[in-house]
Amino acid sequence: MKRFLSFVKKEFHHIFRDVRSLIIIFGIPVAEILIFGFAINTDLKDARIAILDKSKDATTQRITNKLLSSGYFILEKNLVSDTEIDAIFKQGKVREIIIFESNFGANFEKEGKAEIQLIFDASQPNTANMLNGYTQGILTDFVMKENQFGSQNMSIIPTVRMFYNPNLKSVFMFVPGTMALILILISALMTSITITREKELGTMEVLLGSPLRPIQIILGKVTPYLILSLVNVATILFLAYYVFGLPIQGSLLLLVAECTLFILLSLSLGILISTLSKTMQQAMLISMVGLMMPSMLLSGFIFPVENMPKILYYFSAIMPPRWFIEILKNVMIKGVGFTYIWKETLILVVMTFIFIAISIKKFKIRLE
Amino acid sequence: MKTIIFLLQKEFRQIRRNKTILPIIFVMPIIQLLILVHATTFEIKNAKLCIVDQDMSNSSQRLVHQLEGSSFFKVTGSTHSFEDAKLELDKGRADMIVYIPVDFSNELIREKKTTIQLIPNAINANVATLTFTYAANVIADFNKDIVAEWAGNILPSPIKTIHTEARFWYNPELNYKWYMFPGIMVILITMIGMFISGLNLVREKEIGTSEQLNVTPMKKYHFIVGKLLPFLIIGLFELILATTIGNLAFGVPLVGSIWVLLAFTFVYLLVVLGIGLFISTMAETQQQMMFIGFFAVIVFILLSGIFTPTESMPVWVQKFNIINPLSYFMRVIRMVMLKGSGFANLIPEFVSLSIYAVIILGLATWRYRKTA
Repeated sequence: MKRFLSFVKKEFHHIFRDVRSLIIIFGIPVAEILIFGFAINTDLKDARIAILDKSKDATTQRITNKLLSSGYFILEKNLVSDTEIDAIFKQGKVREIIIFESNFGANFEKEGKAEIQLIFDASQPNTANMLNGYTQGILTDFVMKENQFGSQNMSIIPTVRMFYNPNLKSVFMFVPGTMALILILISALMTSITITREKELGTMEVLLGSPLRPIQIILGKVTPYLILSLVNVATILFLAYYVFGLPIQGSLLLLVAECTLFILLSLSLGILISTLSKTMQQAMLISMVGLMMPSMLLSGFIFPVENMPKILYYFSAIMPPRWFIEILKNVMIKGVGFTYIWKETLILVVMTFIFIAISIKKFKIRLE
Repeated sequence: MKTIIFLLQKEFRQIRRNKTILPIIFVMPIIQLLILVHATTFEIKNAKLCIVDQDMSNSSQRLVHQLEGSSFFKVTGSTHSFEDAKLELDKGRADMIVYIPVDFSNELIREKKTTIQLIPNAINANVATLTFTYAANVIADFNKDIVAEWAGNILPSPIKTIHTEARFWYNPELNYKWYMFPGIMVILITMIGMFISGLNLVREKEIGTSEQLNVTPMKKYHFIVGKLLPFLIIGLFELILATTIGNLAFGVPLVGSIWVLLAFTFVYLLVVLGIGLFISTMAETQQQMMFIGFFAVIVFILLSGIFTPTESMPVWVQKFNIINPLSYFMRVIRMVMLKGSGFANLIPEFVSLSIYAVIILGLATWRYRKTA
């Protein structure tokens, strides 16, 4: 035990000597949470549109005003002919073009039927889809109000209550996601190079020559980083709570315990990468290039896993962040207890054991 | 010139000899590209509904059927108490509660107006809004039906309608893969370029070979060019490879000219490699380089508008994006590949990226100390 403690002490010395890295490690989460919390907004407003009004009458003017006052659209340009459409899309600013047919007002009032064409720049399909929804909604509303007998119509009015997140803040989604991303990448990166560094610098021989057993070496490498990462968790939670008003509905103790579990998992993943790679460069590139995009895209951070194709949905099950984000959302935002998240927790525990087991098995006590 | 050629030879030999780095440069990004492009959809299908029908009338059941019939929804639970439904939401077994109150059908007949409550899980605001919008559309259709049925013969005048026709240019089937493929490709190329070039230089520092280079008579810019060119060539090759694969595997079109694309990639890679080199002149260890690179890349990615529209970001982000190379290139590559924008449309971006390249490479050369 004493041997182990002095090994941990040595590792701490290594870490604290490198002040620059420390600043970076503690600085990244703060900067990232602040930037993303303030910057990222998933709903769409101020989309730029162009209008081609071939009719120019009172009705088209009213519709235009209604569209522009909705807050979703900004008028970039009034077009005069169809031929301009391609050019304006190619400049890349305008997302949607609204075309009123000629004699729009007259057709609408007299024949009760008028045509609007909506053209979207669908090179960004998600945006095009959303804009289509907004535009159609506004037009439907306009038509409803135009038909004066509207009040006599029978109708069911849906009211909405946004549960868990009444103000539809994007931070509710981004904080858990960013937290998972930062923890797994920083933890994995930190540990992935510890063993390879010893290999590359030649100090591995010394370590192997010592009476420390592989498990002790691995645990000794992990312990200091666990503490560093817990500090990061505290900072992130503090910022999320006080700066962005993200609630912590559930038990704080449970939350911290789950975070600790996830950090342990990430650290052991780092160790695993470390034992498998020969050089620091390789270890770092695997943990960064290999983990960053999958953690971001296959975890439900930005894109819900439920919507993915079946194969990918199952594939995402091997991504630890997916389960951790689920846990975070449950504990922080929904405020449910352990009984709701035991499955996710169990999966993370099993993954951690698998990583550690493989690392110990692969850990070579001899140099090649 | 000769010096540079020697340096290039040395770099390429090192890369080739390093058996582990080549798969990381080529295989890992391509595999990720092929897998991840499927993951990036906001499309909603089979949103899980939990129905709380306290009315149990004909009309309420018809409404439920109508919701069930739409391809967006799947009814996964129905109960009589709101508490039970909330539990389903808590457990994640439902995405939205549809709450039909006791008086639903009576009110509809008596007052011609009635309300139902839709309660989506709004943690992901975007998904919640979409789910609600879809449901509201289904209900609007339902309203039309009952108007036609119950009151159709007493309408005072023909209903005025606006017929809208929506057309989706450049991507008529709204295939999100076409949209995401260029984006993910750019990210991967950026990561590879920035990390590999940066690590390479710091590594020389860490293992002490940079001292050997420092005592040679070569100039600073020789050194920078020697470090830049190999990765530039690798990056360009990677882009061509990825574009070809995207076309074969997903039918991602290349409407514009390949030369415009290559010209932009060339300048963009200069910027990215320059940033990598610049970071590495500031870092003492590979770890530091990696952390700073990670920070830069992730900020660049998330603010570039690849996943979320930039229009809805605050003004300071749009200002920040002036120094975000990814935001230029993301725009350019999508415009060239999907819309076929020509060079004339993209001159501002080209000028900005070129100026950027000059500045960042200048900074990197200036920061690189032969004496340190």
